[in-house]
Amino acid sequence: MVEIRFHGRGGQGTVIASKILADAVSKEDKYVQAFPQFGVERRGAPVFAFIRIDDKPIYIRSKIIAPDHIIVVDPSLIDAIDVTEGLKKGAFILINTGHQPKEFQHLGKDFRVFTIDANEIAIKYKLGSKAAPIVNTAILGAVPRIFDFVRLESIIQAVRDGVPVNPDANAAAAKEAYDSVQGV
Amino acid sequence: MKKVMMGNHAISHGATLARVQVIAAYPITPQTQVVELLSEIVADGKLKAEFIKVESEHSAMAACIGASSAGARAFTATSAQGLALMHELLHWAAGARLPIVMADINRAMAPPWTIWTDQNDSLSQRDTGWMQIYCQSNQEVLDSVIMAYKVAEKVLMPIMIVLDAFSLSHTYEIVDLPDQALVDKYLPPFDYKYKLDVKNPHTYGGLTTPDWYMEFRVKMHEAMDQALVEIKKEAGEFEKIFGRRYDTVDPYLVEDAETVLVTSGTAASTARFTVDQLRAQGKKVGNLRMRVLRPFPFADVREQLKNAKKVIVIDRNISYGYHGIWAQEVKSALYGHSKVPVFNFIAGLGGRDIFPETIADIVALVDKKKKPDQELYWVEVKR
Repeated sequence: MVEIRFHGRGGQGTVIASKILADAVSKEDKYVQAFPQFGVERRGAPVFAFIRIDDKPIYIRSKIIAPDHIIVVDPSLIDAIDVTEGLKKGAFILINTGHQPKEFQHLGKDFRVFTIDANEIAIKYKLGSKAAPIVNTAILGAVPRIFDFVRLESIIQAVRDGVPVNPDANAAAAKEAYDSVQGV
Repeated sequence: MKKVMMGNHAISHGATLARVQVIAAYPITPQTQVVELLSEIVADGKLKAEFIKVESEHSAMAACIGASSAGARAFTATSAQGLALMHELLHWAAGARLPIVMADINRAMAPPWTIWTDQNDSLSQRDTGWMQIYCQSNQEVLDSVIMAYKVAEKVLMPIMIVLDAFSLSHTYEIVDLPDQALVDKYLPPFDYKYKLDVKNPHTYGGLTTPDWYMEFRVKMHEAMDQALVEIKKEAGEFEKIFGRRYDTVDPYLVEDAETVLVTSGTAASTARFTVDQLRAQGKKVGNLRMRVLRPFPFADVREQLKNAKKVIVIDRNISYGYHGIWAQEVKSALYGHSKVPVFNFIAGLGGRDIFPETIADIVALVDKKKKPDQELYWVEVKR
């Protein structure tokens, strides 16, 4: 079983990202469970989402406190909270940022950092606005590049099915993100 | 068709596939998305149903009672204070023998205000005459809504489908959405023999003297006995068509278990996961998931617990000044049939998480005791 925690801010669509990833994983003949932090979400406040992926039915239903990996949708959270809390040794950390992975060495030697500039890709494909780009699909495009539980085709299909508008631009953003991950 | 969906939407899809004809509901967290999606489905013309917006849960149930009396398949959903506000009409729906189906998303009762899960809302409606079915997955939620109408309309008693707030209601997982044609084959249209008809006027529920009131109650109790037969029959009928089986109880590795956990809801799902971990350490532990609270499956509980040396009931609820409510039920079923000691643990109230470690710690504590030295044990409580 793989357990991943998403870090974002309320209003960024972090929970939706975890849901679309679950959609993509469901196309892989695997079992999946995705859930938000149970509670009241405020715009701009740190939020979490969680996903479990396994080859067999998933019975555990408690919160994930020691994730295998994390995905940081909003890099400003790295200075605000301890995103690596409970994170297992050998974890991958995927960060939405224009910076290089080596600039995040302070997160610890036990982890491997990958970066993707999802904001830039989202702005290029006119997803959301320049001030508030919708970065979900670009983040998700980076996922199959570093993890082996889901293929890019499944991500693109899930993105096409899951976005309310501009399926082509969203799919292209996911593909471009796949090709631009730093640290691989 | 396989689809990733949250538990709340599994309810909406179940109701849609059951071709409900009247939906009356009032929004309350964490139930809101159930009726949001249903209102969209009705507005889009994908379900031919009346969607009645009401000003309270009391009115929602009143509208369902009216609709069901007129022969319509009626549906609603609620949580916590909303369910409590319906209380008077829950008795009315059952006493009037109306096969209404309602989803209750278990949310702890206030005060203090809370939106998170525990079972005190539904369990405090135990004696209203509603059947109660507790689910552990979104698939089971969807399937149970469909099966509920089959059973309810057979015995003319209402059913509550119960699921945990957030741990199911807001959790996405893969659900196999059955074909409408198969559901239609399984669940024929509701043909209510006693429906209100202006061409053949009747009145129901009028003043009844001591000469006859008790006979109505006997009929309700007998309908519940029959419901137990129907639930067990439908476990097979549903499985034949859809390949998934839901019985009154859901045993996991109990045959050779020395210690059997008795659990319900999503805590039961995590308990099953924990049983695998404990078995890997050589501990002979099993899990009996309670699915049906009313009608209570006495025989199945006695049968499944007959080999146990110790029984641990984990209750996500409390009857203040007594035990957890499932523990009362299980002890009562075993009394005179078994001398197995029953340990009662209260855990996870108000949405506090029940982790595999929580359950493993409970088992470890019971390992050290021959029999209970307290009426109940509080789990992970700050003092």
